[in-house]
Amino acid sequence: MSMQVTHAVWLNDTAVCSIEHLVEVSGLSLDDISNLVEDGVIAPADATNPGAGFHSVYVLTVRQARRLRDDFELDRNGIALALTLLRRIESLEQALHMAQSGHGFVLPVAGDLVGKD
Amino acid sequence: MKYKDYYQTMGVPRTASADEIKQAYRKLARKFHPDVSKDASAKEKFQAIGEAYAVLKDPEKRLAYDALGKAPEGADVAPPPGWQNNFSTAGAGFDDVDLADLFAAFGRGGRGGQARRPVPVRGQDVDISAPVTLEQIHSGGEIEVRANLPESDARGVPHLVSRTFRITIPAGAANGQRLRLAGKGGPGHHGGQPGDLYVALALTPHPLYRLSGRDLYMDLPLAPWEAVLGAVVRIPTLDGHVELTVKAGSTAGLQLRLAKRGLRGPDGVAGALYAVIVIKVPSQISDAERALYQQLAEASKFQARANFG
Repeated sequence: MSMQVTHAVWLNDTAVCSIEHLVEVSGLSLDDISNLVEDGVIAPADATNPGAGFHSVYVLTVRQARRLRDDFELDRNGIALALTLLRRIESLEQALHMAQSGHGFVLPVAGDLVGKD
Repeated sequence: MKYKDYYQTMGVPRTASADEIKQAYRKLARKFHPDVSKDASAKEKFQAIGEAYAVLKDPEKRLAYDALGKAPEGADVAPPPGWQNNFSTAGAGFDDVDLADLFAAFGRGGRGGQARRPVPVRGQDVDISAPVTLEQIHSGGEIEVRANLPESDARGVPHLVSRTFRITIPAGAANGQRLRLAGKGGPGHHGGQPGDLYVALALTPHPLYRLSGRDLYMDLPLAPWEAVLGAVVRIPTLDGHVELTVKAGSTAGLQLRLAKRGLRGPDGVAGALYAVIVIKVPSQISDAERALYQQLAEASKFQARANFG
């Protein structure tokens, strides 16, 4: 089996890509992407400069929008609603996970007991 | 070639209309769509549903599928005469071909003389998850990622081929973080661009730590006398062992915070490590220990259930 060492692009809120790139990777049209911006689902990396591009993490959002549109025949409003609710669920799940990580104890923190190496 | 009962997968009779098939797909998609379902097997189920729907919604593909006849799931079936003309260049069989792969290529190759005007078709995007350890995302490093990717053989018949990629994880990567390997998905057709490979980092559960953002939580087991008298305990962190002073009278559930001993973020700043005190008691004790506990019970004025009234 061959091993390929390849360049990977991290999809995060640091790297920035163009709106054309979002179109290319999602299969959505430029108008579809603009609608997602207008509906507040995605936002330009710099609110004061819409031409500055988008954080690369939105590649995932626009691909998800495309899947929801195609698989459920959602219209613009349906896509925006579904994505907003999915983000909210993710946020609540993260909050739940954080609460569970500490075993759910609501106890005072004992303060910084910095260990020594 | 193994038979797959697409009608059974969709839960519709073989006589179902196109509208009924579409309705069945919508219903199943709402249940198993990986973007909305938390079922661990949803992705696999939706893939099977999508595969069945892709064939049954297309009149030409459905006709070709129906021509296979009805067989038990997984039974060996032979493609109808004419199918081989589409792919075979040397009379090779279809024994090792997946039905889904065949239908995915259907219509791209001008089957049975009904050549279609070639249109560039972009390759399929492929999504996989790659298990990573807490140590790997804390310190960064290289991991190997294996993916089954569609590739066409010499006959033009698509197969899934296992490929391995080596990718570098930067220190401070997050659980669930994704990366895109451009052009490493399925091959394009008729001059179309290849698809992309998307890899999601999936953190494997750690035997010691629970992750919450950049903070880590771990249980800190103490013997009863350590909790009562206080102790200096040696605990493991992602950056080596540290000694932690536990104050006398520490109770179960108390969280001891070690600043900057949690998970490192992309900015290099680490979260905190919380050691959650757990009082462990021995399940078996010697006669001498029992005598000491009895002596303690008689001497102690401690009321464990004082709040019961």
